[in-house]
Amino acid sequence: MSDNRFKKDFPVFNEYKNLVYLDNAATTQKPYPVLERAAKYYKSENANPLRGLYDLSVKATDAYENAREAVRNFIGANSKREIVFTRNATESLNLIAYSFGRANIGHGDEILVAISEHHSNLLPWQQLAREKGAVLKFLECDEHGQYTAQALEKALTPKTKLFAIAQVSNVFGRVNPIKEFADIAHKNGTLIVCDGAQSVPHMAVDVKELDVDFLVFSGHKMLAPMGIGVLYGREELLEKMPPFLYGGEMIEYVTRDSATFAELPHKFEAGTVNVGGAVGLHAAIDYISSIGFDEIVRRERQLTELAFEQMKTIPHVNIIGSQEAAGHEGIITFTVDGVHPHDIAAVFDSENIAIRAGHHCAQPLHQHLNIQSSARMSLAFYNDEEDVRRFTDTLKTVREKMGYGR
Amino acid sequence: MADNFYNDILIDHNLHPIHLHELPCATCSNAGINPTCGDQLTLNLVVKDGLIKDGSYTGVGCAISQASTDIMLELIIGRTVEDAKHLCELFDKMIGGEITDDELEELEEAAALQNISKMPARVKCAKLGWKTLIRLLDDNS
Repeated sequence: MSDNRFKKDFPVFNEYKNLVYLDNAATTQKPYPVLERAAKYYKSENANPLRGLYDLSVKATDAYENAREAVRNFIGANSKREIVFTRNATESLNLIAYSFGRANIGHGDEILVAISEHHSNLLPWQQLAREKGAVLKFLECDEHGQYTAQALEKALTPKTKLFAIAQVSNVFGRVNPIKEFADIAHKNGTLIVCDGAQSVPHMAVDVKELDVDFLVFSGHKMLAPMGIGVLYGREELLEKMPPFLYGGEMIEYVTRDSATFAELPHKFEAGTVNVGGAVGLHAAIDYISSIGFDEIVRRERQLTELAFEQMKTIPHVNIIGSQEAAGHEGIITFTVDGVHPHDIAAVFDSENIAIRAGHHCAQPLHQHLNIQSSARMSLAFYNDEEDVRRFTDTLKTVREKMGYGR
Repeated sequence: MADNFYNDILIDHNLHPIHLHELPCATCSNAGINPTCGDQLTLNLVVKDGLIKDGSYTGVGCAISQASTDIMLELIIGRTVEDAKHLCELFDKMIGGEITDDELEELEEAAALQNISKMPARVKCAKLGWKTLIRLLDDNS
């Protein structure tokens, strides 16, 4: 793996020499094909799509709708009508909560949320529950971040309308058995919302195979520009849901006091859409497909294992979640005894190594695990063994730099 | 980040804080929170006749927030409320990179945090104790 053929595709590594980028769970770097595709759109295809009656606008519409088709194919959805473009996973989750949630969840109904969820898959449900008098319940994991089918069966009640869980937790990096959980939820008459922000960029995800009712993800965590995200929803659910935002491009016919709304998916895409972001996402999907998930998974697992095994040997370093490398899909969250995670990140920064520190937008999980905050390294296929070596070499020096053993 | 940012003064105040303890006789207390990391600290003061007679803090935080708060308390205990407010202003000026050499001298050990202005990501950490102090003094005067 020492011959890394991928880094040259990412201009940031040329601009920012010596950078070790290990914050891929927050956002990934962008390769030339994505940047060039977005620039080409603005140079030669830019017009307001979906409405214009001239050639350039048709080009913009085609570029946008081709991107939707690429996303449909990428996640195995039945129809383009099931693919809604949003800003990011957070907006997709808010759309579900505002539109589906407010129409279908009432007083005394229950919403079940996994305790390890990112705030974006918790706060929309927390607000909805408060507004509607619904009950927010949590599915708890063990200290290794594992959820069991038995615990899920116990947590579901006849009143549970919706179950929200990530396919891969942004703290633990563990893959949750979504297909099994979807079956259990559906037998209970409960819908399942799957946050794919940390899974869709790193493994083959097929919505029909997982049998989820909703899947959300962000483009920027999978090489695409910021500001483009996806909501997948089963067509029969989206069809019945009221619009989320109202305005231009999402109407069929408007009078002084009423309106009929556009067909799916445009009903959920009010206002001028982000075509530059969508074509960038299309290029990202093509780039990922040209490498293939077999290769991406192989590289990321190999690097995860290398980092994990090294970290286990360093005194005072505690890995959060699974104590096996296989329980970490490119994400390793950790603490160092006596050193605050912000200081850990500052020591890494002094060596040009980018890692994340804090609560990773998962405060209830940190409370559940009884830790204040943590540091996190997260990999992508364009990392290599040299990145991992520099990471572990620096990790060994953290305590000494903070005054221990002087 | 400046290579020598974690200098001996910061390291020492973080590993061996002087004022990290409860203060049962406190006349006023206030909690400050850093939303980026969720770190929380509570500042306790004994204020009598416009004079800060004693002070302490409790809570968890990174080396910068802990050391900064500890240094701040070391600086303001025994001074008047007005002096303390003046020092808070100077600290803000220092972080903003606009302080004169004479003013820097007034800040004593807190001058060890001068380079924080080159680490924008950590400004909130350094300011946590000082912001909490200003609110506490404003609320109680």
